[in-house]
Amino acid sequence: MNRIRKAGKEETIESRNQESRNRHFKSRFFLITWFPDFLLIFSCVPVFLIDSSSAANVVIGSKKFTESYVLGEIAKRALNDVGMPAEHRQGMGGTIILWEALRGGQIDAYPEYTGTIAQEILKSDRALSVDEIRASLAKLGAGITNPLGFNNTYALVMRRSEAQRLGIRKISDLQKYPELKIGLTHEFLDRQDGWRPLRERYALPQKNVIGIDHTLGYSALASGSIDVKDAYSTDAKIEQNDLVVLEDDLHFFPKYKAVFLFRLSMRPEAIAALRRLEGTLNERRMIRLNAEAERTKNYTRAADLYFGRRAGSAKPTDESFPHELARWTLRHLQLAGFALLLSVLVGIPLGIVASRGGAVGHTIIGFAGVVQTIPSLALLALLVPLPFFGISVRTAIAALFLYGLLPIVRNTATGLQDIPRALRESAVALGLSPIARLWEIHLPMASRSILSGIKTSAVINIGTATLAALIGAGGLGEPILSGLNLNDHVTILEGAIPAAVLALLVQWFFDLLDRVLIPKGLRL
Amino acid sequence: MSALVKLVDVGKRYGEHVALQPTSLSVARGKTTVLIGPSGCGKSTLLRLIIGLVEPDSGSIEFDGAPIGPDNIDNVRRRTGYVIQEGGLFPHLTARNNATLMARYLGRKNEETKQRLSELCQLTRLSESLVDRYPLELSGGQRQRVSLMRALMLSPELLLLDEPLGALDPLVRASLQKDLKEIFAGLKQTALLVTHDLAEAAYLGDEIVLMNEGRIVQQGSIADLREGPADPFVSEFINAQRGIASL
Repeated sequence: MNRIRKAGKEETIESRNQESRNRHFKSRFFLITWFPDFLLIFSCVPVFLIDSSSAANVVIGSKKFTESYVLGEIAKRALNDVGMPAEHRQGMGGTIILWEALRGGQIDAYPEYTGTIAQEILKSDRALSVDEIRASLAKLGAGITNPLGFNNTYALVMRRSEAQRLGIRKISDLQKYPELKIGLTHEFLDRQDGWRPLRERYALPQKNVIGIDHTLGYSALASGSIDVKDAYSTDAKIEQNDLVVLEDDLHFFPKYKAVFLFRLSMRPEAIAALRRLEGTLNERRMIRLNAEAERTKNYTRAADLYFGRRAGSAKPTDESFPHELARWTLRHLQLAGFALLLSVLVGIPLGIVASRGGAVGHTIIGFAGVVQTIPSLALLALLVPLPFFGISVRTAIAALFLYGLLPIVRNTATGLQDIPRALRESAVALGLSPIARLWEIHLPMASRSILSGIKTSAVINIGTATLAALIGAGGLGEPILSGLNLNDHVTILEGAIPAAVLALLVQWFFDLLDRVLIPKGLRL
Repeated sequence: MSALVKLVDVGKRYGEHVALQPTSLSVARGKTTVLIGPSGCGKSTLLRLIIGLVEPDSGSIEFDGAPIGPDNIDNVRRRTGYVIQEGGLFPHLTARNNATLMARYLGRKNEETKQRLSELCQLTRLSESLVDRYPLELSGGQRQRVSLMRALMLSPELLLLDEPLGALDPLVRASLQKDLKEIFAGLKQTALLVTHDLAEAAYLGDEIVLMNEGRIVQQGSIADLREGPADPFVSEFINAQRGIASL
């Protein structure tokens, strides 16, 4: 807009050309300028939408638990060691998200387990050999290395003291104690080779079964809130927490041999580098690496240990906390800010249309309302398999954008609908064009309502953006997520406190913005 | 002199409700015509038809000899001033910006507009020191004066006033009635004013149009209505509004 042209600088000649008159009118009026100002404020938050991965980089993904992080880091190092640039996207989510990301080309390889591949990816109802898996995957454009050495199968674990008191050694012993409380990860509860068939096989009588996050489950087990939980057999926590693994006496759990799953189109040198890791990790070694990662809260250190380097020799990812915090916060603001900008650009026009009511108006409000009711985690999961989105910043922004839409659309619509009829008619009777009525009368009069909708969206966005870390989009959710995985409260607070402070600052910033953008006559 | 506005068999209904039966009326140039009648008699509808806030179901309306349609309605609106009860001022604009909104929209010169604004301040007896206040900072009477300034800004040929003094207390109302009469006379303004107050109609109107149930019952001077009522409703309406003085 012509903000530079100052009112009064040029005097237009009485022109019969209405168009030019209208333009002049707009350039002069201060109200027309509030919207661009608003956009300007948000473009101050630099937005880098370009994916951080470039074509040259090999991208390694990992699942949301310590061992996967460690293996991902080891793979990255193995590639770096042969001179290939590689990037590790940590803790991207569960099997399906990683598999879709691999198929979609957002990642090139990630650590996986043979049992999981057979059951979850190939949907096989029986155990498959490594060769069978390799043949089936080849048809899908994917390959696997030979096993890395250890078998990380599912296991049920109990407190050692409790198990000894009750005399439980095997899973079948659980039949005698129906009152035991069982806490299982959500994935184990839902897996085809998970809780339901296990219960059938062993005829387990326990009624008290709850779903709980893997890391939180260890705390629950320690405090006695639950008595039995599922675990991975290489879990460092088993030793640390003095737990016993119940013997799988009916051989229910399939083999979960660790392998690297990769795209067949990945460069042969990269495949060769990953294959050099085959057979180099037994159970004991893996437990040690896992324990090291959890003790030091640093996956790089665990990888160092694998490559036999002394801890601290190479710490490329070590950065100071203030620097890290600044990086998380900046990314957080980018995600929330850019999503908010999109919500405003789309939400206000939709709100204007919706304010006219009718079928279209109701559809718009209805759609925005339905989006709001989808749990944010589910919305992310729904977007990930779509071609354009995948595991990327785009997905996070799209989800945040959709969440931010409803408050803006609804507040724009009600703000406009609340303008008294007499004033609408006065604007018509004056002879203002519909566009001029909207810009000069309707939007300024609805500005308080519209801004409060934008404020609501902004605060929601700051909160929801913490989930972006789940799909590797970064932000303050990153420390929250790794803290959750490491059961490290300090790390969780490193993300949670700045996120809360940020939400308050955003609230305060918008209160300030109200004074600038809401015309004075409406604030009397 | 020909009529500025001419309605021929103009009718309007909202669903089953007849707001205005087919009605013909001429608004004479330079005169003040007053539409009067009980609530819901169709007097406001008639005004809103002329300014194009509602469209007639039947009949035609001519403005300065040309029939009003979608093509020229904006032109008619710009040649017409419109004042409503409570002013209809935009709360986010100062008195000055309310009054000069259209002038700026049409790209009128700043100096001319400024000049015109101070003329209108004198005409409507509004202190110039008040023009930079927002509507909420003005009294009811001051708001109506600003509203009148806004309506007169572009020197309209026609002024429509829909119960402009309806919400004011009696003293303010009396002073504004007096000012309106002077203004209309001074400008030789063609005005069409809606009221339900017979005294106001008698005081301001050159021509009084009495309406009831969507039609014109009688038209003429106040003397005509008093002395030769066209039907019993006219007498009833006049008697109902007899002032305290005649008690």
